[in-house]
Amino acid sequence: MNKEKEPLFSAKNLKLLREPLNDNNPITVQVLGICSALAITVKLKPAIVMALSVVFVMAVANVVISLLRKSIPPRIRIIVQLVVIASLVILVDEVLKAFLFDVSKQLSVFVGLIITNCIIMGRLEAFALANKPWPSFLDGLGNAAGYGVILIIVAFFRELLGSGTLLGFQVIPQGFYNLGYENNGFMILPPMALIVVGIIIWVQRYKNRKLIESN
Amino acid sequence: MKSFSNTYIFVFSSIMVVVVAAILSIAAMTLQPLQKKNIEINKKENILTSINIESTAKDAEDIFDKYIVESYVVDHRGNKKEEVDAFEVDMKKEMDKPLEERNLPVFISINDKEEKQYIFPVYGKGLWGPVWGYVSLENNLSTVYGANFSHQGETPGLGAEIATEDFQNQFIGKEIFNEQGEFVSVSVKKGGTANPQSKYEVDGISGGTITSEGVDEMLNDCLKSYIPYFENIKNQ
Repeated sequence: MNKEKEPLFSAKNLKLLREPLNDNNPITVQVLGICSALAITVKLKPAIVMALSVVFVMAVANVVISLLRKSIPPRIRIIVQLVVIASLVILVDEVLKAFLFDVSKQLSVFVGLIITNCIIMGRLEAFALANKPWPSFLDGLGNAAGYGVILIIVAFFRELLGSGTLLGFQVIPQGFYNLGYENNGFMILPPMALIVVGIIIWVQRYKNRKLIESN
Repeated sequence: MKSFSNTYIFVFSSIMVVVVAAILSIAAMTLQPLQKKNIEINKKENILTSINIESTAKDAEDIFDKYIVESYVVDHRGNKKEEVDAFEVDMKKEMDKPLEERNLPVFISINDKEEKQYIFPVYGKGLWGPVWGYVSLENNLSTVYGANFSHQGETPGLGAEIATEDFQNQFIGKEIFNEQGEFVSVSVKKGGTANPQSKYEVDGISGGTITSEGVDEMLNDCLKSYIPYFENIKNQ
């Protein structure tokens, strides 16, 4: 093997990290993983924990699959991918139950459902199986971060407008309530997550014209 | 594409399964004590909510020790059983046993006004899995002092609403015995159909009918098994 060493953060590698954050965002451009984005974005804290969990699962799964890519028999590769993802998710679930019990209760079934998050398997299949561990790691990190960022933005607005708090701390001063301001109960309901995602998609396409579909 | 023999595939998957199993069991074993502790604290929080006392994971244990003054297990005739610890009783296992063999836990609390409450665990079925909770009765053993319900995986926004304060607060002040002294439990009616004047009915969750019925059945079944105990206390 001729080892022509590529710098760790070459332009190509950085692109792997940057693209999913904007031009190729899993949620707003590829519209994947919407289901969990609706469910766990009522409050900021579960959204952050969920984002971190997905970052962990996706980066590690990408590396593991990439390391094994030459030895995984193609006929059972989907099963291997599932086993890797599922064990990582169980690991995350156990750790949350031990150290962040209340968050784990709020996330409930959605931690387990990371397994079915199509972004993760999509990246394993499309990227990690054909690339070296380091680019795969960056790709996993980028995509998970792209997913997490949207989650956190949505949760920020939903918690702020729906409960008047951020991370559980009251941020809207009592004076506002005395003047007749009220929390928007709508923001707590799942449909508002969809609408917030919709607004993000709109703003993103307004800023980034090349994402507008031409039809 | 490289081709792999069947033997290779077989060996590969076997090794994979063993490695994964080892990693997961080590993780599960090392984290178990911490998880158990969390579940215990959560149980204490739930019991405290049923007597309308808010607590957090940090202070639940202290508050629990302050208000819960006594706990014991009774049998189906209402007689105390000495050898079992009420807090350790797993309601899931108890409900699978025939009534004669069940351990029925009772917790007794004294609130800040020096009033005595009796707390009873309840356990039943929702739509997707178990629902459970704690119901506390006032000293007359009929008026509901408070209630707390939890569930494993009811539908968020529908059945899962039984775990909200709005639903649970409806139970406060209801009666489980009617004026003739017959056991009637508190029935959970279809959403919006409960008679607001009635002391024996509360509104279920619209769209969560099966879960609401589960709560209804759970209250009836579990509280009924304590009737001999109620009699014993009243006759004392």
